[in-house]
Amino acid sequence: MADTSIPLEINHLHKSFNGNPVLNGLSLKAQKGDVITLIGASGSGKSTFLRCMNLLEMPDQGELIVHGEAIGFKVDRKGQRQPEDWKQVERIRARLSMVFQNFNLWPHMTLIENVMAAPVHVLKMPKAQAREKGMALLKRVGLSERASYFPTQMSGGQQQRGAIARALAMDPEVMLFDEPTSALDPELVGDVLHVMHELADEGRTMIVVTHEMDFARDVSNHVMFLHQGLIEEQGAPGDILTSPRSERLQQFLAPRY
Amino acid sequence: MLDLHGYGPRLLEGSLLTLELALLSLLLAVLLGLLSASAKLSSSRILRGIAHVYTLVIRGVPDLVLMLLLFYGGQIGINMATDWIYSEFDVDIFININAFVAGVVTIGIIFGAYMSETFRGAFLAVDEGLLEAGRAYGMRPWAVFRHIRFPLMMRHALPGLGNNWMVLLKTTALVSIIGLSDMVKVAAEATKATHEPFLFMIPVALGYLLIASVSEWCFMKLRQRFDIGFSSGGSSWNN
Ligand SMILES: Nc1ncnc2c1ncn2[C@@H]1O[C@H](COP(=O)(O)OP(=O)(O)O)[C@@H](O)[C@H]1O
Ligand SMILES: [Mg+2]
Repeated sequence: MADTSIPLEINHLHKSFNGNPVLNGLSLKAQKGDVITLIGASGSGKSTFLRCMNLLEMPDQGELIVHGEAIGFKVDRKGQRQPEDWKQVERIRARLSMVFQNFNLWPHMTLIENVMAAPVHVLKMPKAQAREKGMALLKRVGLSERASYFPTQMSGGQQQRGAIARALAMDPEVMLFDEPTSALDPELVGDVLHVMHELADEGRTMIVVTHEMDFARDVSNHVMFLHQGLIEEQGAPGDILTSPRSERLQQFLAPRY
Repeated sequence: MLDLHGYGPRLLEGSLLTLELALLSLLLAVLLGLLSASAKLSSSRILRGIAHVYTLVIRGVPDLVLMLLLFYGGQIGINMATDWIYSEFDVDIFININAFVAGVVTIGIIFGAYMSETFRGAFLAVDEGLLEAGRAYGMRPWAVFRHIRFPLMMRHALPGLGNNWMVLLKTTALVSIIGLSDMVKVAAEATKATHEPFLFMIPVALGYLLIASVSEWCFMKLRQRFDIGFSSGGSSWNN
């Protein structure tokens, strides 16, 4: 039956683009406080899997359950799978915040306006309250003095920390990260990983697509290795990253040692 | 001298009419332009088809022909409809197409078609990832449009919008053929009566120029407004 203590549960997810299968039956269960890292070669379906979780991509088959609430689907006249109720989707998206590889901060808004936008327009939070909360979050990610800067006036690392503050402003139950440090200059990666490490320490439930093996090993409690839209191997980072069983994961990890 | 042989007040009225006509047409044109641009970008084949036919027809037929067609043809159409209602339901309705409304509607429809392309290009210039970010936080389609898509799109649309507005302004002179006394019509009548073309046409030219200059200023302000965050200098990159 519906277990409301599980933030996110996904069963047998399938997705193809124009007839090319990309996800071939993926399942995942995130308990509260879990930090799950998704690793795998480029093109293995990590981003698509993550984007299916908040329905930026519509899965063709499979079950999506957020805090015990299953998302309803129907098939439209063209045979495409659609959500039964877009309001439910919006409600669920508001509980799963995403952090993007390219930050995607809105360039016409200052940093604090970026952080306030979703609470004000989605949660209908009063502006003064949203601002106060936003300022506190910017302080957390070390960007207090940048509140009234525009994204173009900030470095990539600052933008990504700002984007994390924007995600936190929704009080998400699960945070989804899609390669949050891949677009950053190497010297800026550390600050962002540091913020994510702190979030993990305070018990946030996080699902992180990453190429940072140190992060996967030190911060996550579960690693999933994707290959061609399937989970090739998964387990505790101490096990599968140090003694990978499958040949593919061995190959994937090899050049890094 | 400045009483313009008694035509001064009428000329002023004419210029007000020109301005009202132009502004209302602009409003309609922007609405139609946004709607048809959205239709062209929608996933519905029917909507895309309608929008393409709309722009094709409007851009392929002279403005003058369209205006006459809408004014006279529209009246005949309405008469046929009210006759039919009279014969079927015994309800007698009279609707006369008001020349002003016809002018606004025609010019709005014409320029809506031109703006459709301007807006379509501008919508496409907005990074999809920025819209996705809005959706990912649970924003409704309308909230995404209003707070993200529209302001970002306007930056790209403003140059084209400004050009269209200038052409639209001058196109309002066409309404004299459906009997409206805009400032060109008044000046033409006065010239005919007094044989003093310069006395009337120069003020008219200056009138257009004044409106154009004020518009230029407004568009500059709008450009600054929608450029916020993009061209603000003095970036500081120190971490
Ligand atoms: N919108 C799309 N349309 C068509 N193909 C796509 C789309 N998104 C992803 N793909 C394809 O799906 C596969 C998996 O992509 P992705 O999930 O981005 O992989 P990863 O994030 O692991 O690099 C790739 O082959 C990619 O080309
Ligand atoms: Mg990816």
